[in-house]
Amino acid sequence: MSDTTQSGPVLAADGTPLKRSLARALRMQKLRALMLIAPLLIFILLAFIFPIADMLFRSVENRIVADTLPETVVTLKDWDPMSGESPDEAVYESLYYDLFVAAEAKEHTKLGTRLNYEHTGISSLFRSSGRKVDDIGKADVKAIQRSGDGELKNGALWYEIMSGGSSAAGDTDLLDGERTKLAQLTGEKFSGDIGFVPGAEISKLFPRTAIAYTDFALFTAVVDGDIVAEEKPWETVYVAFATEVSTDGGAANLASYTGPGADALKAAAAAIADLPPISFKEAFLDIDKDWGNVGNWRTIQTYSPEYTTGYFLNSVDLHLGADGVEARPENQQIYITLFKRTMIMSLMITGSCILLGYPVAWILANLPTRSANLLMILVLLPFWTSLLVRTSAWKVMLQQQGVINDVLVWLGLVADDARLVMINNQFGTIVAMTHILLPFMILPMYSVMQTINPTYLRAAKSLGATNWTAFWRVYFPQSVPGIGAGSILVFILSIGYYITPEIVGGTKGVFISNRIAYHISSSLNWGLAAALGSILLAVVLLLYWAYDKIVGIDNVKLG
Amino acid sequence: MADASNTDAFVEFERVQKSYDGETLVVKDLNLTLPKGEFLTMLGPSGSGKTTCLMMLAGFETATHGDIRLAGVSINNIPPHKRGIGMVFQNYALFPHMTIAENLSFPLEVRKMGKSEREAKVKRALDMVEMGAFGGRRPSQLSGGQQQRVALARALVFEPELVLMDEPLGALDKQLREKMQFEITHLAHELGITTVYVTHDQTEALTMSDRVAVFNDGRIQQLAPPDELYESPQNSFVAQFIGENNTLEGVVKEISGNHAVVALDDGETIQCTPVNVSEVGQRTQVSIRPERVEYNKERLQEGAHTLKAEVLEFIYMGDIFRTRLRVAGNDEFIIKTRNAPDQDRLQPGQQIEIGWLPEDCRALDA
Repeated sequence: MSDTTQSGPVLAADGTPLKRSLARALRMQKLRALMLIAPLLIFILLAFIFPIADMLFRSVENRIVADTLPETVVTLKDWDPMSGESPDEAVYESLYYDLFVAAEAKEHTKLGTRLNYEHTGISSLFRSSGRKVDDIGKADVKAIQRSGDGELKNGALWYEIMSGGSSAAGDTDLLDGERTKLAQLTGEKFSGDIGFVPGAEISKLFPRTAIAYTDFALFTAVVDGDIVAEEKPWETVYVAFATEVSTDGGAANLASYTGPGADALKAAAAAIADLPPISFKEAFLDIDKDWGNVGNWRTIQTYSPEYTTGYFLNSVDLHLGADGVEARPENQQIYITLFKRTMIMSLMITGSCILLGYPVAWILANLPTRSANLLMILVLLPFWTSLLVRTSAWKVMLQQQGVINDVLVWLGLVADDARLVMINNQFGTIVAMTHILLPFMILPMYSVMQTINPTYLRAAKSLGATNWTAFWRVYFPQSVPGIGAGSILVFILSIGYYITPEIVGGTKGVFISNRIAYHISSSLNWGLAAALGSILLAVVLLLYWAYDKIVGIDNVKLG
Repeated sequence: MADASNTDAFVEFERVQKSYDGETLVVKDLNLTLPKGEFLTMLGPSGSGKTTCLMMLAGFETATHGDIRLAGVSINNIPPHKRGIGMVFQNYALFPHMTIAENLSFPLEVRKMGKSEREAKVKRALDMVEMGAFGGRRPSQLSGGQQQRVALARALVFEPELVLMDEPLGALDKQLREKMQFEITHLAHELGITTVYVTHDQTEALTMSDRVAVFNDGRIQQLAPPDELYESPQNSFVAQFIGENNTLEGVVKEISGNHAVVALDDGETIQCTPVNVSEVGQRTQVSIRPERVEYNKERLQEGAHTLKAEVLEFIYMGDIFRTRLRVAGNDEFIIKTRNAPDQDRLQPGQQIEIGWLPEDCRALDA
């Protein structure tokens, strides 16, 4: 009693606040409980929540463009697609270097595939260009290689020039920057000593050449596992040097250069002086005239940010066009139809499950225990058979030369040449899925009906209600929670069903999940699959929320 | 048992039998007649057939044989909802998804009664059981006693002439049960309705009923008003079942009119009133109510027979003293005495003499 009359916190017998005392007393208990659930918690986290979160993240993730064409994305930013002109020379120049590295890493085809989802034809453009990008500036490369004593044909002198000799200051910033770029491009680690650091002097005078060589060096050392100095540099190094030296500033820079191989570089510069300057734009248009197509460039520009709504727009038959969001061409619209069909058919399956399951659950709940158990086994029997077997059985039953049609023809109800089409359409899917999902409807209904005391019906009848009124006014309202639970279960299961529609659905009876599976395993458009999956998840959550608002989730009893 | 052709009979069971499995009879040859306005209780141990009788009357079970008549009309083939019998169930059976008012309104709705009339009747019924303020609540929000009142009101709201109650007070605590017993009887008499009440609680049966039918083994053992049932049980089952009872076993030695002499098993002979013994030499159970036994010699009435007894245990129970004695070899002989100022408290081990009037000592079947 004294505790309650004191002001301030209530104290335990030893003087510590009661709250802390209680928390300490319960801590061990809580810890033990947590340890018991820990294995499952970790399992769910690792095997369920984390992969799902990762998958959902893919629906907006779009780093592939910026990772593969890092420089092009930057230079393309200023281009105005509304001008109707293809981008200027600087963009094509960036594209050359980006595409060359990407082609070496064999990443350009992936980007092509990705952009092809948004604009058909880009895939082949990237593939063919990847092969031919080596040929750009071929004349200059040859001229440089032949200049002087032909020393620039080999890697040794280039290595010396680019590293600036053994005692020169190195440009580690440049090296680290390129390490990061290549790591993002290939997904591999480009760390560790590669036996090369770009010289500070050369990287200042000829930055583009230094970058090109550093990329080459990193690739040679890390991916190929060779010694940088022994390998002939990539064409990009020659092209970069040729481009840089042919500018006014470049010539002056070369004159001021005193590092290793200065003579050889000067000879090379002299050798290309008579050649026309390299035009990257022309070179790309020579490879494929589609590089002049504004639409292709607009696609690259639109999808250059790291995150995109493109997959989601695609999921609802829209895309980002010249004037912002617009509908896809009529012949490419498929997902809205599929979503609608999935919803409507799931509702029909849920409805037929209610109609077929309710009487069964009622009988189960009202039979004596022995017979109820036997009947329950019959209800559960389908669970013991493989899903595939059950679905295939329906195929046997429903097909045009199948059991049902044969019987109908034999009975003379159907003409032999007018057999019913019951499979590879929506009817087949609804029949097979109703059968397969029926136990999920019956079980919750049964468990709810079991709790309804039969005296309620007696009471209603004693009060003057007919059998039907007693059922409808007294029994049915009390069984609604079971119907609700079963419906949620069946609807959510059927909305994401895949195997059965795939086997018996044909083209008209497939669900959105079949399309998701297609994008996961066949077209490999995981982003779109993830977006479709996210929408499906959102729809389910929305329905769940609506159900909670209307019926109340507390009223759902699963047992 | 009353004549089945009684003209003022309201409810009649005539030679009713009931079997569930075709092998044993749960109800054996039941004949019962209720006049209008009577409060009849069916009392008996579980499995005695009393609830089955009630269910047959309500229409939830069909009689295997015999006729059940309500106001002279056979109702064997009338479905329960057309019988117009109000019923209160053991667990109340209030519809959990409806409010109290909706529960009460239900029987009126199915009778297609107008809205205003319905509301008036529901209000009146709720006021009658003092639950007028609870119309908007759900059954789960009420206490057991309140649910019981509502169940009663619901059974009465459509003004049936016959109300059946199946152990309606079984789930209530003692104090509430006693209060409700009084209220139910009061209501039944006030409204003049005929009531058939099923219980296994003899106190309830005695305090509430006009007449009690004691059931055992599918038969009515005795049908009588409470006082008669208690004071003149017709057989040993009724004597044992109703109230507390001392039995002494013996053999009939003499019998003439309403006087008999019984030789107890330990040799003593006592005077009794014969009830269902008829011949000399027959074994009998002699029954004496604990409160009719006197041990104070001054208060022993003239002509009372006395027996030696040893006090085994004295139990103080507040209003009464309960003393366990050994009498004629029976260790379970109980006497009850009022806790009065002049009453002395017996000590265990004390030797006393007890006696009773021959009228209070009844020789029943063994």
